[in-house]
Amino acid sequence: MAPILALENISKRFGAVVVADGIDLSLNEGEALGIIGPNGAGKTTLFGMATGTVTPDAGRVLFDGNDITRLAPEGRCRLGLARSFQIPQPFSGMTVFENVVVAAAFGNNEREAAVYDRCAKLLERCGLAEKANKRAGGLTLLDRKRLELARALATKPRVLLLDEVAGGLTEHECATLIALIKDVRAEGVTIVWIEHVVHALLATVDRLAVLHGGRFIASGDPHKVIRSAEVAEIYMGIDADA
Amino acid sequence: MSEQGRNRVEHATRSSRIGVGIIGIVLLVLVLAPFWGDRQMLRLLAELSTFVALASLWNLLAGYAGLVSVGQQAFVGLGGYLLFAMVILGGVHPIAAIFIAGPIAAAVSIPVAALTFRLRGAYFAIGTWVVAEVFRLLASQVSVLGGGSGISLPAAAVIAMAPTRQAREFEIYWLALALTVLVLAAIVTLLRSRHGLALTAIRDNELAAQSNGIGVTRVKLIVYVLTAFGTAMIGALIFLMKLRISPDTAFSVNDWTAFVIFITVIGGIGRIEGPIIGTIIFFLMRQTLSDLGSLYLLIMGAVAIVVMLWAPKGLWGLIADRYGWQALPLQRHLVFDDARRAGDT
Repeated sequence: MAPILALENISKRFGAVVVADGIDLSLNEGEALGIIGPNGAGKTTLFGMATGTVTPDAGRVLFDGNDITRLAPEGRCRLGLARSFQIPQPFSGMTVFENVVVAAAFGNNEREAAVYDRCAKLLERCGLAEKANKRAGGLTLLDRKRLELARALATKPRVLLLDEVAGGLTEHECATLIALIKDVRAEGVTIVWIEHVVHALLATVDRLAVLHGGRFIASGDPHKVIRSAEVAEIYMGIDADA
Repeated sequence: MSEQGRNRVEHATRSSRIGVGIIGIVLLVLVLAPFWGDRQMLRLLAELSTFVALASLWNLLAGYAGLVSVGQQAFVGLGGYLLFAMVILGGVHPIAAIFIAGPIAAAVSIPVAALTFRLRGAYFAIGTWVVAEVFRLLASQVSVLGGGSGISLPAAAVIAMAPTRQAREFEIYWLALALTVLVLAAIVTLLRSRHGLALTAIRDNELAAQSNGIGVTRVKLIVYVLTAFGTAMIGALIFLMKLRISPDTAFSVNDWTAFVIFITVIGGIGRIEGPIIGTIIFFLMRQTLSDLGSLYLLIMGAVAIVVMLWAPKGLWGLIADRYGWQALPLQRHLVFDDARRAGDT
Protein backbone atom coordinates (compact mmCIF):
# COMPACT_ATOMS: atom_id res chain seq x y z
CA MET A 1 0.00 0.00 0.00
CA ALA A 2 1.30 3.45 -0.91
CA PRO A 3 1.98 5.79 1.98
CA ILE A 4 -0.84 8.29 2.59
CA LEU A 5 1.62 11.19 2.60
CA ALA A 6 5.19 11.19 1.36
CA LEU A 7 7.80 13.88 0.95
CA GLU A 8 10.60 12.87 -1.40
CA ASN A 9 13.96 14.60 -1.31
CA ILE A 10 12.43 17.97 -0.44
CA SER A 11 14.77 20.98 -0.34
CA LYS A 12 14.11 24.59 0.46
CA ARG A 13 16.28 27.54 1.29
CA PHE A 14 15.42 31.10 2.24
CA GLY A 15 18.47 33.03 1.05
CA ALA A 16 21.42 31.48 2.84
CA VAL A 17 19.27 29.64 5.38
CA VAL A 18 18.63 26.01 4.52
CA VAL A 19 15.31 24.96 6.05
CA ALA A 20 14.96 21.65 4.21
CA ASP A 21 17.97 19.74 3.01
CA GLY A 22 16.75 16.74 1.01
CA ILE A 23 14.05 15.64 3.43
CA ASP A 24 12.39 12.25 3.00
CA LEU A 25 9.30 11.47 5.00
CA SER A 26 6.72 8.75 4.59
CA LEU A 27 3.52 8.20 6.54
CA ASN A 28 1.26 5.20 6.54
CA GLU A 29 -2.47 5.64 6.92
CA GLY A 30 -3.50 5.73 10.58
CA GLU A 31 -0.01 6.51 11.83
CA ALA A 32 0.72 9.28 14.37
CA LEU A 33 4.06 11.00 13.96
CA GLY A 34 5.53 13.59 16.30
CA ILE A 35 8.12 16.09 15.12
CA ILE A 36 10.38 17.98 17.48
CA GLY A 37 13.31 20.25 16.79
CA PRO A 38 14.79 23.56 17.89
CA ASN A 39 13.30 26.85 16.72
CA GLY A 40 14.27 27.51 13.13
CA ALA A 41 14.78 23.82 12.35
CA GLY A 42 12.27 24.03 9.50
CA LYS A 43 9.27 22.34 11.12
CA THR A 44 6.61 24.83 10.10
CA THR A 45 8.12 25.23 6.62
CA LEU A 46 7.82 21.47 6.26
CA PHE A 47 4.07 21.77 6.90
CA GLY A 48 3.92 24.66 4.46
CA MET A 49 5.48 22.51 1.75
CA ALA A 50 3.21 19.57 2.53
CA THR A 51 0.07 21.75 2.33
CA GLY A 52 1.17 23.90 -0.58
CA THR A 53 1.57 27.35 0.98
CA VAL A 54 5.36 27.09 0.52
CA THR A 55 6.87 25.88 -2.77
CA PRO A 56 9.88 23.60 -2.36
CA ASP A 57 13.01 24.29 -4.44
CA ALA A 58 13.29 20.59 -5.24
CA GLY A 59 11.60 17.31 -4.45
CA ARG A 60 8.11 15.86 -4.65
CA VAL A 61 5.05 15.67 -2.42
CA LEU A 62 2.80 12.63 -2.80
CA PHE A 63 -0.65 12.12 -1.33
CA ASP A 64 -2.08 8.62 -1.48
CA GLY A 65 0.32 7.79 -4.31
CA ASN A 66 -0.51 10.90 -6.41
CA ASP A 67 1.99 13.65 -7.09
CA ILE A 68 0.55 16.84 -5.57
CA THR A 69 3.71 18.97 -5.73
CA ARG A 70 2.03 21.43 -8.10
CA LEU A 71 -1.43 21.28 -6.56
CA ALA A 72 -2.72 24.50 -4.93
CA PRO A 73 -3.38 24.53 -1.15
CA GLU A 74 -7.17 24.48 -1.61
CA GLY A 75 -6.89 21.36 -3.78
CA ARG A 76 -4.76 19.58 -1.19
CA CYS A 77 -7.25 20.52 1.51
CA ARG A 78 -10.10 19.01 -0.51
CA LEU A 79 -8.09 15.80 -0.96
CA GLY A 80 -7.99 15.49 2.82
CA LEU A 81 -4.82 17.23 3.92
CA ALA A 82 -5.64 19.68 6.73
CA ARG A 83 -3.42 21.75 8.97
CA SER A 84 -3.64 23.97 11.99
CA PHE A 85 -1.45 27.05 12.14
CA GLN A 86 1.05 27.69 14.91
CA ILE A 87 -0.17 31.27 15.09
CA PRO A 88 -3.94 30.81 14.90
CA GLN A 89 -5.42 32.24 11.69
CA PRO A 90 -9.10 32.77 12.44
CA PHE A 91 -11.54 34.58 10.14
CA SER A 92 -11.73 37.32 12.78
CA GLY A 93 -14.79 39.16 11.48
CA MET A 94 -16.87 35.99 11.27
CA THR A 95 -18.42 34.10 14.15
CA VAL A 96 -16.86 30.92 15.52
CA PHE A 97 -19.66 28.91 13.92
CA GLU A 98 -19.17 30.59 10.53
CA ASN A 99 -15.44 29.85 10.73
CA VAL A 100 -16.15 26.16 11.03
CA VAL A 101 -18.87 26.27 8.36
CA VAL A 102 -16.35 27.73 5.88
CA ALA A 103 -13.92 24.88 6.50
CA ALA A 104 -16.64 22.23 6.39
CA ALA A 105 -18.35 23.52 3.24
CA PHE A 106 -15.25 24.28 1.18
CA GLY A 107 -12.73 21.84 2.64
CA ASN A 108 -15.06 18.98 1.89
CA ASN A 109 -16.96 20.49 -1.04
CA GLU A 110 -20.42 20.27 0.49
CA ARG A 111 -23.52 22.44 0.33
CA GLU A 112 -23.56 25.02 3.09
CA ALA A 113 -26.82 23.90 4.72
CA ALA A 114 -25.62 20.29 4.71
CA VAL A 115 -22.77 21.02 7.13
CA TYR A 116 -24.60 22.98 9.85
CA ASP A 117 -25.25 20.00 12.10
CA ARG A 118 -21.81 18.53 11.71
CA CYS A 119 -20.36 21.94 12.59
CA ALA A 120 -22.54 22.32 15.67
CA LYS A 121 -21.37 18.92 16.91
CA LEU A 122 -17.77 19.73 16.15
CA LEU A 123 -18.00 22.91 18.22
CA GLU A 124 -19.28 20.90 21.17
CA ARG A 125 -16.50 18.40 20.73
CA CYS A 126 -13.84 21.11 20.70
CA GLY A 127 -15.32 22.97 23.67
CA LEU A 128 -16.50 25.97 21.66
CA ALA A 129 -20.28 25.49 21.75
CA GLU A 130 -20.87 28.34 24.21
CA LYS A 131 -19.02 30.71 21.93
CA ALA A 132 -20.56 29.62 18.63
CA ASN A 133 -21.98 33.06 17.80
CA LYS A 134 -19.09 35.12 19.15
CA ARG A 135 -16.78 36.91 16.74
CA ALA A 136 -13.64 34.81 16.30
CA GLY A 137 -11.47 37.92 16.56
CA GLY A 138 -12.47 38.34 20.20
CA LEU A 139 -11.45 34.85 21.34
CA THR A 140 -8.75 34.07 23.91
CA LEU A 141 -5.59 32.31 22.73
CA LEU A 142 -6.85 28.95 24.03
CA ASP A 143 -10.12 29.30 22.15
CA ARG A 144 -8.30 30.40 19.02
CA LYS A 145 -6.25 27.21 19.19
CA ARG A 146 -9.41 25.18 19.69
CA LEU A 147 -10.88 26.91 16.66
CA GLU A 148 -7.79 26.06 14.58
CA LEU A 149 -8.32 22.43 15.46
CA ALA A 150 -12.09 22.56 14.92
CA ARG A 151 -11.61 24.10 11.47
CA ALA A 152 -9.00 21.54 10.48
CA LEU A 153 -11.31 18.71 11.60
CA ALA A 154 -14.29 20.27 9.80
CA THR A 155 -12.58 19.61 6.46
CA LYS A 156 -12.83 15.85 7.20
CA PRO A 157 -9.10 15.27 6.86
CA ARG A 158 -7.37 12.00 6.13
CA VAL A 159 -4.11 13.54 7.28
CA LEU A 160 -4.09 16.17 10.02
CA LEU A 161 -1.03 18.36 10.48
CA LEU A 162 -0.93 20.01 13.91
CA ASP A 163 1.47 22.86 14.51
CA GLU A 164 2.07 23.50 18.23
CA VAL A 165 -1.50 23.24 19.39
CA ALA A 166 -0.51 22.46 23.00
CA GLY A 167 1.79 25.43 23.58
CA GLY A 168 0.61 27.72 26.39
CA LEU A 169 -2.08 25.34 27.65
CA THR A 170 -2.53 24.39 31.32
CA GLU A 171 -2.10 20.75 32.38
CA HIS A 172 -5.83 20.20 32.42
CA GLU A 173 -6.39 21.83 29.02
CA CYS A 174 -3.51 19.82 27.62
CA ALA A 175 -5.04 16.56 28.88
CA THR A 176 -8.35 17.45 27.20
CA LEU A 177 -6.51 18.19 23.97
CA ILE A 178 -4.60 14.88 24.08
CA ALA A 179 -7.86 13.01 24.61
CA LEU A 180 -9.40 14.80 21.60
CA ILE A 181 -6.44 14.07 19.34
CA LYS A 182 -6.39 10.41 20.41
CA ASP A 183 -10.08 10.31 19.60
CA VAL A 184 -9.49 11.73 16.12
CA ARG A 185 -6.75 9.22 15.59
CA ALA A 186 -8.99 6.36 16.64
CA GLU A 187 -11.26 7.35 13.75
CA GLY A 188 -8.41 6.49 11.39
CA VAL A 189 -7.01 9.97 10.74
CA THR A 190 -3.27 10.08 10.16
CA ILE A 191 -1.59 12.66 12.39
CA VAL A 192 1.62 14.65 12.18
CA TRP A 193 2.16 16.80 15.24
CA ILE A 194 4.85 19.44 15.69
CA GLU A 195 5.15 20.21 19.39
CA HIS A 196 7.50 21.55 22.04
CA VAL A 197 5.35 20.09 24.82
CA VAL A 198 7.10 16.72 24.67
CA HIS A 199 4.96 14.85 27.20
CA ALA A 200 1.87 15.56 25.08
CA LEU A 201 3.64 13.99 22.11
CA LEU A 202 4.88 10.98 24.05
CA ALA A 203 1.32 10.31 25.19
CA THR A 204 -0.03 10.38 21.65
CA VAL A 205 2.36 9.48 18.85
CA ASP A 206 3.88 6.15 17.86
CA ARG A 207 6.85 7.60 16.05
CA LEU A 208 8.99 10.60 16.88
CA ALA A 209 11.29 12.41 14.46
CA VAL A 210 13.83 15.11 15.24
CA LEU A 211 14.32 17.90 12.70
CA HIS A 212 17.51 19.92 12.90
CA GLY A 213 19.14 22.16 10.30
CA GLY A 214 16.67 21.11 7.61
CA ARG A 215 17.06 17.33 8.01
CA PHE A 216 15.82 14.52 10.21
CA ILE A 217 18.63 13.54 12.54
CA ALA A 218 16.70 10.86 14.42
CA SER A 219 13.46 8.97 14.01
CA GLY A 220 11.81 5.98 15.68
CA ASP A 221 10.26 4.89 18.97
CA PRO A 222 9.33 8.10 20.84
CA HIS A 223 10.75 7.05 24.21
CA LYS A 224 14.04 5.91 22.70
CA VAL A 225 14.42 8.96 20.46
CA ILE A 226 13.80 11.40 23.29
CA ARG A 227 16.64 9.80 25.29
CA SER A 228 18.99 9.59 22.33
CA ALA A 229 22.35 11.28 22.16
CA GLU A 230 21.30 13.39 19.14
CA VAL A 231 18.44 14.98 21.06
CA ALA A 232 20.67 15.61 24.06
CA GLU A 233 23.19 17.28 21.80
CA ILE A 234 20.89 19.70 20.03
CA TYR A 235 18.78 20.61 23.04
CA MET A 236 21.36 20.58 25.84
CA GLY A 237 24.55 21.22 23.91
CA ILE A 238 25.97 17.92 25.21
CA ASP A 239 28.43 16.48 22.73
CA ALA A 240 27.08 13.20 21.36
CA ASP A 241 30.55 11.70 21.13
CA ALA A 242 31.48 12.47 24.75
CA MET B 1 -26.49 16.28 22.55
CA SER B 2 -27.85 17.43 19.23
CA GLU B 3 -29.63 15.11 16.86
CA GLN B 4 -29.48 15.29 13.11
CA GLY B 5 -31.13 18.34 11.64
CA ARG B 6 -32.30 19.84 14.92
CA ASN B 7 -29.94 22.78 15.15
CA ARG B 8 -31.15 25.88 13.37
CA VAL B 9 -29.28 28.66 11.61
CA GLU B 10 -30.79 32.13 11.44
CA HIS B 11 -29.57 35.05 9.40
CA ALA B 12 -31.50 37.86 11.02
CA THR B 13 -30.63 39.39 14.36
CA ARG B 14 -32.52 42.06 16.30
CA SER B 15 -30.28 44.79 14.89
CA SER B 16 -30.72 43.51 11.34
CA ARG B 17 -34.52 43.48 11.75
CA ILE B 18 -34.38 47.11 12.85
CA GLY B 19 -31.88 47.81 10.05
CA VAL B 20 -34.07 46.30 7.36
CA GLY B 21 -37.06 48.22 8.73
CA ILE B 22 -35.19 51.51 8.57
CA ILE B 23 -33.87 50.75 5.09
CA GLY B 24 -37.42 49.94 3.96
CA ILE B 25 -38.78 53.26 5.27
CA VAL B 26 -35.90 55.25 3.75
CA LEU B 27 -36.40 53.49 0.45
CA LEU B 28 -40.11 54.33 0.45
CA VAL B 29 -39.35 57.99 1.18
CA LEU B 30 -36.79 57.98 -1.65
CA VAL B 31 -39.16 56.37 -4.14
CA LEU B 32 -41.66 59.16 -3.38
CA ALA B 33 -39.00 61.90 -3.67
CA PRO B 34 -40.40 63.32 -6.95
CA PHE B 35 -43.52 64.25 -4.99
CA TRP B 36 -41.76 66.00 -2.12
CA GLY B 37 -38.44 67.18 -3.53
CA ASP B 38 -37.58 69.84 -6.07
CA ARG B 39 -35.51 69.37 -9.19
CA GLN B 40 -32.20 70.01 -7.43
CA MET B 41 -33.04 67.58 -4.66
CA LEU B 42 -33.78 64.87 -7.23
CA ARG B 43 -30.48 65.48 -8.98
CA LEU B 44 -28.61 65.34 -5.72
CA LEU B 45 -30.32 62.13 -4.62
CA ALA B 46 -29.71 60.49 -7.99
CA GLU B 47 -26.04 61.40 -7.83
CA LEU B 48 -25.87 60.20 -4.24
CA SER B 49 -27.37 56.88 -5.18
CA THR B 50 -24.85 56.35 -7.99
CA PHE B 51 -22.06 56.91 -5.48
CA VAL B 52 -23.63 54.42 -3.06
CA ALA B 53 -23.58 51.88 -5.89
CA LEU B 54 -20.04 52.67 -7.03
CA ALA B 55 -18.69 52.59 -3.47
CA SER B 56 -20.53 49.36 -2.68
CA LEU B 57 -19.01 47.73 -5.74
CA TRP B 58 -15.53 48.98 -4.89
CA ASN B 59 -16.06 47.74 -1.35
CA LEU B 60 -16.90 44.29 -2.66
CA LEU B 61 -13.75 44.33 -4.74
CA ALA B 62 -11.27 45.83 -2.27
CA GLY B 63 -12.94 45.24 1.08
CA TYR B 64 -13.95 41.63 0.56
CA ALA B 65 -11.86 40.21 -2.28
CA GLY B 66 -8.76 42.21 -1.26
CA LEU B 67 -8.38 43.56 -4.82
CA VAL B 68 -7.43 47.17 -4.13
CA SER B 69 -8.06 48.62 -7.56
CA VAL B 70 -7.53 52.32 -8.24
CA GLY B 71 -8.64 51.81 -11.81
CA GLN B 72 -12.38 51.24 -11.55
CA GLN B 73 -12.83 54.45 -13.57
CA ALA B 74 -11.88 52.21 -16.50
CA PHE B 75 -15.29 50.54 -16.19
CA VAL B 76 -17.21 53.70 -15.30
CA GLY B 77 -15.85 55.31 -18.46
CA LEU B 78 -16.29 52.17 -20.53
CA GLY B 79 -19.94 51.99 -19.47
CA GLY B 80 -20.44 55.64 -20.33
CA TYR B 81 -18.80 55.33 -23.72
CA LEU B 82 -20.66 52.12 -24.51
CA LEU B 83 -23.94 53.92 -23.84
CA PHE B 84 -23.00 56.86 -26.07
CA ALA B 85 -21.76 54.53 -28.81
CA MET B 86 -24.92 52.42 -28.72
CA VAL B 87 -27.24 55.44 -28.69
CA ILE B 88 -25.39 57.54 -31.27
CA LEU B 89 -24.13 54.84 -33.63
CA GLY B 90 -26.70 52.11 -33.12
CA GLY B 91 -29.85 54.00 -32.24
CA VAL B 92 -30.35 51.87 -29.11
CA HIS B 93 -32.72 53.18 -26.45
CA PRO B 94 -30.56 54.72 -23.65
CA ILE B 95 -32.09 52.59 -20.90
CA ALA B 96 -31.57 49.40 -22.89
CA ALA B 97 -28.00 50.55 -23.52
CA ILE B 98 -27.34 50.66 -19.76
CA PHE B 99 -28.23 46.99 -19.43
CA ILE B 100 -26.20 46.00 -22.50
CA ALA B 101 -23.15 47.91 -21.23
CA GLY B 102 -22.94 45.64 -18.15
CA PRO B 103 -22.27 42.30 -19.88
CA ILE B 104 -19.95 43.90 -22.45
CA ALA B 105 -17.82 45.42 -19.68
CA ALA B 106 -17.83 42.07 -17.85
CA ALA B 107 -16.46 40.44 -21.01
CA VAL B 108 -13.80 43.15 -21.35
CA SER B 109 -12.81 42.70 -17.70
CA ILE B 110 -11.72 39.09 -18.26
CA PRO B 111 -8.64 39.86 -20.42
CA VAL B 112 -7.96 42.87 -18.16
CA ALA B 113 -7.95 40.50 -15.18
CA ALA B 114 -5.68 38.08 -17.02
CA LEU B 115 -3.21 40.94 -17.23
CA THR B 116 -3.59 42.65 -13.85
CA PHE B 117 -4.00 39.49 -11.73
CA ARG B 118 -0.35 38.76 -12.39
CA LEU B 119 0.38 41.69 -10.10
CA ARG B 120 0.01 41.75 -6.32
CA GLY B 121 -0.86 44.42 -3.78
CA ALA B 122 0.40 47.89 -4.66
CA TYR B 123 1.49 46.68 -8.11
CA PHE B 124 -2.04 45.50 -8.82
CA ALA B 125 -3.37 48.91 -7.78
CA ILE B 126 -0.99 50.72 -10.13
CA GLY B 127 -1.65 48.17 -12.90
CA THR B 128 -5.39 48.82 -12.79
CA TRP B 129 -4.75 52.56 -12.97
CA VAL B 130 -2.54 52.06 -16.02
CA VAL B 131 -5.31 50.06 -17.70
CA ALA B 132 -7.76 52.90 -17.02
CA GLU B 133 -5.33 55.39 -18.58
CA VAL B 134 -5.02 53.16 -21.63
CA PHE B 135 -8.82 53.14 -21.90
CA ARG B 136 -8.86 56.95 -21.63
CA LEU B 137 -6.29 57.29 -24.42
CA LEU B 138 -8.17 54.81 -26.58
CA ALA B 139 -11.43 56.72 -26.04
CA SER B 140 -9.80 59.95 -27.18
CA GLN B 141 -8.89 58.25 -30.46
CA VAL B 142 -12.51 57.45 -31.35
CA SER B 143 -13.39 60.43 -33.54
CA VAL B 144 -17.04 59.42 -34.12
CA LEU B 145 -17.52 59.84 -30.35
CA GLY B 146 -15.89 63.24 -30.28
CA GLY B 147 -12.27 62.18 -29.77
CA GLY B 148 -10.45 64.05 -27.06
CA SER B 149 -13.03 66.81 -26.67
CA GLY B 150 -16.03 64.56 -26.09
CA ILE B 151 -19.59 64.53 -27.35
CA SER B 152 -23.14 65.28 -26.25
CA LEU B 153 -26.08 62.92 -26.38
CA PRO B 154 -28.28 63.88 -29.37
CA ALA B 155 -31.43 65.76 -28.34
CA ALA B 156 -33.61 63.30 -30.29
CA ALA B 157 -32.42 60.37 -28.17
CA VAL B 158 -33.05 62.33 -24.97
CA ILE B 159 -36.53 63.39 -26.02
CA ALA B 160 -37.30 59.80 -27.04
CA MET B 161 -36.97 58.77 -23.39
CA ALA B 162 -39.90 60.89 -22.23
CA PRO B 163 -41.78 63.79 -23.83
CA THR B 164 -41.47 66.41 -21.08
CA ARG B 165 -38.44 67.51 -19.13
CA GLN B 166 -40.13 66.75 -15.83
CA ALA B 167 -41.09 63.22 -16.87
CA ARG B 168 -37.50 62.67 -17.99
CA GLU B 169 -36.16 63.84 -14.67
CA PHE B 170 -38.50 61.55 -12.77
CA GLU B 171 -37.58 58.66 -15.03
CA ILE B 172 -33.83 59.20 -14.60
CA TYR B 173 -34.21 59.55 -10.85
CA TRP B 174 -36.21 56.34 -10.46
CA LEU B 175 -33.79 54.58 -12.78
CA ALA B 176 -30.83 55.63 -10.62
CA LEU B 177 -32.62 54.52 -7.49
CA ALA B 178 -33.66 51.20 -9.03
CA LEU B 179 -30.17 50.43 -10.35
CA THR B 180 -28.62 51.18 -6.97
CA VAL B 181 -31.13 48.96 -5.20
CA LEU B 182 -30.42 46.28 -7.80
CA VAL B 183 -26.66 46.51 -7.22
CA LEU B 184 -27.07 46.41 -3.42
CA ALA B 185 -29.53 43.52 -3.60
CA ALA B 186 -27.13 41.60 -5.84
CA ILE B 187 -24.28 42.19 -3.37
CA VAL B 188 -26.41 41.08 -0.40
CA THR B 189 -27.52 37.98 -2.30
CA LEU B 190 -23.92 37.21 -3.20
CA LEU B 191 -22.73 37.63 0.39
CA ARG B 192 -25.47 35.37 1.73
CA SER B 193 -24.61 32.66 -0.78
CA ARG B 194 -21.90 30.04 -0.58
CA HIS B 195 -19.63 32.37 -2.57
CA GLY B 196 -20.29 35.07 0.02
CA LEU B 197 -19.08 32.78 2.75
CA ALA B 198 -15.88 32.22 0.82
CA LEU B 199 -15.57 35.92 0.10
CA THR B 200 -15.97 36.92 3.75
CA ALA B 201 -13.36 34.31 4.69
CA ILE B 202 -10.98 35.75 2.09
CA ARG B 203 -11.61 39.25 3.48
CA ASP B 204 -10.56 38.07 6.93
CA ASN B 205 -7.66 35.76 6.11
CA GLU B 206 -6.51 34.66 2.67
CA LEU B 207 -3.99 32.13 3.93
CA ALA B 208 -6.56 30.38 6.12
CA ALA B 209 -9.15 30.58 3.35
CA GLN B 210 -7.04 28.66 0.86
CA SER B 211 -5.94 26.23 3.55
CA ASN B 212 -9.62 25.52 4.18
CA GLY B 213 -10.30 24.60 0.57
CA ILE B 214 -11.35 27.93 -0.95
CA GLY B 215 -10.10 28.59 -4.48
CA VAL B 216 -9.09 32.16 -3.68
CA THR B 217 -8.02 33.24 -7.19
CA ARG B 218 -11.22 31.90 -8.74
CA VAL B 219 -13.43 33.75 -6.24
CA LYS B 220 -11.44 36.94 -6.83
CA LEU B 221 -11.86 36.64 -10.58
CA ILE B 222 -15.62 36.16 -10.22
CA VAL B 223 -15.83 39.26 -8.02
CA TYR B 224 -13.69 41.29 -10.43
CA VAL B 225 -15.93 40.42 -13.38
CA LEU B 226 -19.16 41.03 -11.45
CA THR B 227 -17.83 44.36 -10.20
CA ALA B 228 -16.94 45.42 -13.75
CA PHE B 229 -20.49 44.46 -14.79
CA GLY B 230 -22.10 46.66 -12.12
CA THR B 231 -19.61 49.52 -12.37
CA ALA B 232 -20.13 49.85 -16.13
CA MET B 233 -23.91 49.93 -15.71
CA ILE B 234 -23.62 52.68 -13.14
CA GLY B 235 -21.11 54.45 -15.39
CA ALA B 236 -23.56 54.34 -18.29
CA LEU B 237 -26.27 55.77 -16.02
CA ILE B 238 -23.99 58.56 -14.73
CA PHE B 239 -23.26 59.77 -18.27
CA LEU B 240 -26.88 59.43 -19.31
CA MET B 241 -27.59 61.83 -16.44
CA LYS B 242 -24.77 64.18 -17.51
CA LEU B 243 -25.83 64.01 -21.22
CA ARG B 244 -22.23 64.65 -22.21
CA ILE B 245 -19.08 62.55 -22.13
CA SER B 246 -15.38 63.19 -22.67
CA PRO B 247 -12.34 61.01 -22.01
CA ASP B 248 -11.23 63.16 -19.07
CA THR B 249 -14.58 63.07 -17.26
CA ALA B 250 -15.31 59.44 -18.11
CA PHE B 251 -11.99 58.07 -16.91
CA SER B 252 -11.43 60.50 -14.05
CA VAL B 253 -9.44 58.86 -11.26
CA ASN B 254 -10.52 61.65 -8.96
CA ASP B 255 -14.29 61.36 -9.40
CA TRP B 256 -14.71 57.61 -9.78
CA THR B 257 -11.93 56.22 -7.61
CA ALA B 258 -10.50 58.77 -5.13
CA PHE B 259 -13.93 59.89 -3.87
CA VAL B 260 -15.18 56.31 -3.91
CA ILE B 261 -12.22 55.14 -1.81
CA PHE B 262 -12.76 58.06 0.58
CA ILE B 263 -16.42 57.09 0.96
CA THR B 264 -15.67 53.43 1.56
CA VAL B 265 -12.81 54.00 3.96
CA ILE B 266 -14.58 56.51 6.21
CA GLY B 267 -17.82 54.52 6.14
CA GLY B 268 -16.21 51.16 6.83
CA ILE B 269 -14.39 48.96 4.36
CA GLY B 270 -15.31 45.27 4.23
CA ARG B 271 -18.82 45.87 5.52
CA ILE B 272 -21.84 46.25 3.36
CA GLU B 273 -23.20 49.15 5.43
CA GLY B 274 -19.93 51.13 5.17
CA PRO B 275 -20.34 52.68 1.70
CA ILE B 276 -23.90 53.84 2.50
CA ILE B 277 -22.78 55.64 5.67
CA GLY B 278 -19.71 56.96 3.85
CA THR B 279 -21.71 58.38 0.94
CA ILE B 280 -24.03 60.25 3.30
CA ILE B 281 -21.05 61.78 5.12
CA PHE B 282 -19.35 62.63 1.83
CA PHE B 283 -22.41 64.41 0.46
CA LEU B 284 -23.08 66.25 3.74
CA MET B 285 -19.50 67.53 3.65
CA ARG B 286 -19.70 68.44 0.00
CA GLN B 287 -22.99 70.30 0.35
CA THR B 288 -21.86 72.30 3.37
CA LEU B 289 -18.17 72.87 2.62
CA SER B 290 -17.80 73.06 -1.16
CA ASP B 291 -18.09 76.87 -1.07
CA LEU B 292 -14.73 76.92 0.67
CA GLY B 293 -13.00 75.93 -2.57
CA SER B 294 -9.78 74.01 -2.24
CA LEU B 295 -9.95 74.26 1.55
CA TYR B 296 -12.83 71.79 1.27
CA LEU B 297 -10.52 69.17 -0.22
CA LEU B 298 -8.01 69.79 2.57
CA ILE B 299 -10.73 69.24 5.18
CA MET B 300 -11.78 66.05 3.43
CA GLY B 301 -8.19 64.80 3.50
CA ALA B 302 -7.94 65.62 7.19
CA VAL B 303 -11.18 63.76 7.92
CA ALA B 304 -9.87 60.73 6.02
CA ILE B 305 -6.62 60.76 8.03
CA VAL B 306 -8.43 61.13 11.36
CA VAL B 307 -10.82 58.28 10.56
CA MET B 308 -8.01 56.01 9.37
CA LEU B 309 -6.04 56.65 12.57
CA TRP B 310 -8.83 56.34 15.11
CA ALA B 311 -11.28 54.08 13.35
CA PRO B 312 -9.35 52.00 10.82
CA LYS B 313 -12.47 49.93 10.16
CA GLY B 314 -14.45 53.08 9.40
CA LEU B 315 -17.31 54.64 11.31
CA TRP B 316 -19.66 51.72 10.78
CA GLY B 317 -16.90 49.28 11.72
CA LEU B 318 -16.40 51.15 14.99
CA ILE B 319 -20.08 50.92 15.88
CA ALA B 320 -20.64 47.39 14.60
CA ASP B 321 -17.67 45.94 16.48
CA ARG B 322 -18.70 47.66 19.66
CA TYR B 323 -22.34 46.65 19.69
CA GLY B 324 -22.27 43.61 17.41
CA TRP B 325 -24.67 45.28 15.01
CA GLN B 326 -25.45 44.30 11.46
CA ALA B 327 -27.92 46.37 9.47
CA LEU B 328 -28.52 43.56 6.97
CA PRO B 329 -29.11 39.90 7.80
CA LEU B 330 -25.80 38.44 6.66
CA GLN B 331 -24.59 36.55 9.71
CA ARG B 332 -25.19 32.84 10.18
CA HIS B 333 -26.43 32.57 13.71
CA LEU B 334 -26.44 29.09 15.26
CA VAL B 335 -29.34 28.19 17.54
CA PHE B 336 -28.72 24.90 19.34
CA ASP B 337 -31.65 22.52 19.58
CA ASP B 338 -31.44 22.36 23.38
CA ALA B 339 -32.13 26.08 23.84
CA ARG B 340 -28.63 26.70 25.10
CA ARG B 341 -27.18 30.15 24.81
CA ALA B 342 -24.38 30.10 22.27
CA GLY B 343 -22.71 33.39 23.07
CA ASP B 344 -25.35 35.51 21.40
CA THR B 345 -23.91 38.71 20.13
